Amino acid sequence: MFEIKNLFVNYGGIEAVRDISFSVEEGKIVTLIGANGAGKSTTLRTIAGLVKAKSGTIEFMGEKITGKDPASIVGKGITLVPEGRKIFPDLTVLENLKIGAYLRSDDISKDLEWVYSLFPRLKERSWQYGGTLSGGEQQMLAVGRALMSRPKMIMMDEPSLGLAPLIVRDIFSIIKEINKEGVTILLVEQNANMALQVADMAYVMETGRITLSGKGSELIDNEDIKKAYLGK
Amino acid sequence: MEFFHQNLSYFLSGISVGGQYALIAIGYTMVYGILRLINFAHGDVFMCAGLMMVYLSSTLPFTITIPLVLLLTVLLGFVIERVAYMPLRSAPRMSVMISAIGVSYLLQNAALYFTGGLAKVYPEIPFLSNSIVIWDATTRVVTIVTPFLTVVLVILLTLLIKHTKIGMAMRAVSRDFETSQLMGIKINRVISTTFMIGSLLASVASLLYFTNYASVTPTSGAMPGLKAFVAAVFGGIGSIPGAVIGAFIIGICENIIKGGASIFGIPGSGWTTFSDAFTFAFLIVILVVKPTGLFGEKAVDKV
Repeated sequence: MFEIKNLFVNYGGIEAVRDISFSVEEGKIVTLIGANGAGKSTTLRTIAGLVKAKSGTIEFMGEKITGKDPASIVGKGITLVPEGRKIFPDLTVLENLKIGAYLRSDDISKDLEWVYSLFPRLKERSWQYGGTLSGGEQQMLAVGRALMSRPKMIMMDEPSLGLAPLIVRDIFSIIKEINKEGVTILLVEQNANMALQVADMAYVMETGRITLSGKGSELIDNEDIKKAYLGK
Repeated sequence: MEFFHQNLSYFLSGISVGGQYALIAIGYTMVYGILRLINFAHGDVFMCAGLMMVYLSSTLPFTITIPLVLLLTVLLGFVIERVAYMPLRSAPRMSVMISAIGVSYLLQNAALYFTGGLAKVYPEIPFLSNSIVIWDATTRVVTIVTPFLTVVLVILLTLLIKHTKIGMAMRAVSRDFETSQLMGIKINRVISTTFMIGSLLASVASLLYFTNYASVTPTSGAMPGLKAFVAAVFGGIGSIPGAVIGAFIIGICENIIKGGASIFGIPGSGWTTFSDAFTFAFLIVILVVKPTGLFGEKAVDKV
């Protein structure tokens, strides 16, 4: 469904991504884990069209999407939930959700109901400004907003960042639920433990390269991974 | 009441000029809100709208000239943004500002070339130019029409920003370019729309302003542009209600000073010379007391 081949990206004056290749199968949860600065976020931002690749190809549903602008990537069905949530603080919760459906001209009321059923808190707070929500609620809003574009594949950049452990568990159960509803997920995490538990397939990135890959359940038992990322 | 009655004509022209400043100030404040750019060329766009009116009305009837001037000014605003600002989107803010100053001089020089430096007589627009008497103060219809038209336009603009899709996109883009792009918003389209709205309002302001002042020169845009900018800063740059309220306050104060009011024992005529200086002194005081202006954005956001 989605495939990256020999991708190189320069970002901020350094070679942030060096020759990575990986693929995502439809309906799966795939995770990229690795330390800070490994190039995970840059990879996602390149897929989303915010950063231009130096070379290599990105293919989605059999179509080359390398170098397309962010709006057309969203139009093709790939949405990014950015790191740090980035909700619009002076738009209401409802407006934040509506703006997620910006490119759509069809009826969005069903999707709104769906998002509200996933996150009842957002319905209660639909009239509040996004900036008044707690961190966990903002993360829910960011995910809900991304769902409003009806993505085929949703990319999440560090959804657990800065959230309390209980909230992190909630977010991950939501990720599984969204995936069950048929949305493919590409997840970037520093919280390798949580990510590997939900992932069908995992790739480990180190300094711009993929150094290890395997099923989530396999990697969680890998001795090197345990030492480097799981703190065991 | 006595003071009010004595100075009625100055109040009236203050409210009127205030409305005209408000329409220009909205252009400054909206562009700043979205690009963090002080569009120095905005006052000159206003002047160009005045000149277009002068030249077009000499051959065409007003029913065609007025819509045509509005349309051409909108087009001018669009072209300026595309040519002078869009290529600098990722450049430092200072570069864009210098580009704006460049456009400002370009428009003034072009106007100088076309007019030969002579003041051009602004056409008398029927109805707007007519005289009327209100409570024994004689004035033109435009003086009365301006504040009402301003309020109507501001309400329409507020509805546009609060309740339409493009308005929502404008609010989003003014916050965060990158996340707006991730929503599928084409930010260049939103920025163009902002410039077009600002230019449209400046062009309406030019119709009202020059009807009162009767002539247009290449530098006619400088002073009203500067006053409108002060109004925008006074109200808190980035805020539309702020710009409107700031503009009315500045318009009224400036005219009261020009007028007969005797302040500190010096008769009104003695203060006239200082009316422009007053505006800027006022700005300094406001910035000292409240650096973000009346309705300025809060400096810190919860993340």
